[in-house]
Amino acid sequence: MKTGDVIQFSIRASSGYPTRTVLMILAMAIGVASVILLTALGEGARRYVKREFTSLGTHLLVVLPGRSETTGGPPPLLGETPRDLTLEDALSLRRSTAIRRVAPITVGSAPVSWKHRDREVTILGSTPELFEIRHLSMAQGRFIPSGDPARGMSVCVMGYKLKKELFGNQSPLGEWTRIGDRRFRVIGVLAKKGQSLRLDMGDVVIIPVASAQALFNTSSLFRILVQASGRDAIPKAKNAILSIIRARHEGEDDVTVITQDALLSTFDRIFTALTLSVAGIASISLAVAGILIMNVMLIAVSRRTTEIGLLKAIGAPGRQILRLFLAESAILSLIGAAFGLILAFFGTWALAHAFPSFPIKVPFWAVGAATGVSLLTGLVFGVLPARRAAKLDPVQALSRR
Amino acid sequence: MIYLAGVERIFQVGDEAVNALSNVNLTVDAGEYIAIMGPSGSGKSTLLNIIGLLDRPDRGVYRLEDVDTTDLTDDQQASVRRHKIGFVFQFFHLVPRLTAAENVELPLILAGVDPAERKSRVQAALSALGLSYRARHRPDQLSGGQRQRVAIARATIMQPNVILADEPTGNMDRNSGKDVIQSLEDLNEKGMALILVTHDPDLGSRAPRKIQMVDGKILEDTGVL
Repeated sequence: MKTGDVIQFSIRASSGYPTRTVLMILAMAIGVASVILLTALGEGARRYVKREFTSLGTHLLVVLPGRSETTGGPPPLLGETPRDLTLEDALSLRRSTAIRRVAPITVGSAPVSWKHRDREVTILGSTPELFEIRHLSMAQGRFIPSGDPARGMSVCVMGYKLKKELFGNQSPLGEWTRIGDRRFRVIGVLAKKGQSLRLDMGDVVIIPVASAQALFNTSSLFRILVQASGRDAIPKAKNAILSIIRARHEGEDDVTVITQDALLSTFDRIFTALTLSVAGIASISLAVAGILIMNVMLIAVSRRTTEIGLLKAIGAPGRQILRLFLAESAILSLIGAAFGLILAFFGTWALAHAFPSFPIKVPFWAVGAATGVSLLTGLVFGVLPARRAAKLDPVQALSRR
Repeated sequence: MIYLAGVERIFQVGDEAVNALSNVNLTVDAGEYIAIMGPSGSGKSTLLNIIGLLDRPDRGVYRLEDVDTTDLTDDQQASVRRHKIGFVFQFFHLVPRLTAAENVELPLILAGVDPAERKSRVQAALSALGLSYRARHRPDQLSGGQRQRVAIARATIMQPNVILADEPTGNMDRNSGKDVIQSLEDLNEKGMALILVTHDPDLGSRAPRKIQMVDGKILEDTGVL
C-alpha cells in the first residue's frame, strides 16, 4: 500500500466520523495552544527581566561596602561594614584601564521645597559619570557639571515627576529650591524613563556627591557604580576594583563587587527553569489529549470491526491495519497541533495588544517541541487501539453484521 | 488447486470442545463450481473460512496450488488472500463511507496499484456487472442486489483463482438473488472456481458438484466420480 493511499484512507476514515474527529482535534489543539502560550509567557517574563537589567546600564559593576560570599541574590545592604567606602576609594578606581567610568553614589532622604510646596524624596549624590553609566537623558537643562568631585556645588537635577509636583508647568531652570537646610539651584530635569531596580528615577533629586555628603553629614558612600571598558573587560575590572580597594583598606577584602552579567545570568537561569516547568505543566494537557485519542480510537476500532475484518479478508496483513490506525491518530494529532498553533498565535497576539509593555514572545523551540510532542502523543496512545485492530480475528469480526 | 486432507477445527465453547470440522478431505480443481450445503452449524462456513485463509485448521493439511498454507506467515497469508481468493459475504461488508467505486478499488489500493490503472480497472469491473451508473453511490443508496454485485466486483478485481461466496443471496429477494447468482456463474464460466455456501436447495442444485455437510463432516460429495 502506498504512503499517499494510507494518508488518504486515514483522512477519509476520520472524516467519516466528524464528531469524534472534531473532539479529538479540539483536545489536541487546546493542549498544544496551552503549551505554547505558557512558554510564551515564561519567555516574555525572562525578556522583561533582561530588559530591566540592561536599562541599568551596560557592562555595569556595583561595588558595595561589606563582604559577601554570595554572587546572586539580594545585595547585603544592611551588613556590618568594617570600613566605609569613601569618595577617594571611588576616584582611585579610575586608574584601572579596564574601567571606563566611575560614579560614586550617596543616598539619603530629605524634604525638597519650593515656595510653599514641599516633598520628601530620595536624594542621590553622584558625579557627571552617572549620566552615561545609567543611560539617563534630559528633558530640560543639563546634568551636573563636571568639576572636582570633592568640591560640592549647590546645583541639582530633578526627576520629571518631582518637577511636575513642585513646579507644575513652570520651568524650574534657574530656580532655587531648598533641600534639607541647604539651597540648590535647579539646572536640569530628567526625561521620563521609568523604574529601574525599584528606584523611580522620576522621583529623585540628583546633586553633586560632595554636596550630598555635606547634606547628610557623612563621608561614606552607599555604593559605587563602575562601567567596564568593554564586555570582555568585566572580569578584569572586577579584579582591579578588588585589588585597588584591598590596597587602600590595609589588605582587607571588605567590599562586594556584583557584576550585572552575573545577576543577569542568574535571573536568566531562573526564568528558563520557570518557563520549562510551566511548559511541563501545560504538557499534562497534551497527555490528557493523548488519553482522549486512545479512547476515541478504541471506540473507532470497535465500531469499525467489520471493516477491519473485511480489510483482512481482501488481503491486508495485520501490519497494514496497524499502520492505517497509527496513521489516523498521527494525522489527527498533527491537524490538532496545527489548529493549536493558530490558536496560540492568536492568543499571544491578543496578549501583546492587551499588555504592550510585556515583551511576550513564542520561543521558536516551543513550536517545534509542542508539535513533536503532540505527534508523539498521538502515536504512543494510538498504539494500543491499533494493535487491537491488527489482532482482530477476521472470522469473528465478519460474523457481525 | 485446493487440497484438504484430514482437516479438523475445534472450537472451545465454555468447557466443551466442539468439532466444527472433523476429518474433512476435499480436492477442488481450477474452474470448478461447487455448492456446499447443510444445516446451520454443520461447519460449511468454517470450511469456507479455512479455504479462504481467514481461519487455520487445528489439524490436517491444506495446500493451495501446492503450497502448504499452514507454514505461511501473516503477511504471506494476506498476500495469498489478496491475489488468489475473492470473498463474497452474506452481509456484503461494504465500507459505508466509501462509494461503490471506492469499495471496489480497496483491494487495488492494498496491493499498491497505481491510481491511473486503478481507475480503469474499477470502471471495467463495474461495467461488467452493469453497475457503471451506480459507481458514485454509497452503499446505503443501493439495493441489496446492487450491493452484492459491488461486493462481487471487489472480490474479483484482483482476478483471483477462486471465489468464496458465503450465503451470497441470503439477504435479498429472489429476483435480486438470481441476478447475483447469474453474475457469479458468469465469472465461473470465465474460469474462476466458485465455491458457494448455501442452505437453499434450489441454489445448490444449480452447481454441477454438490457437497452435503452435517456436524462438521462431509456426508456426500457428488463431485468425486
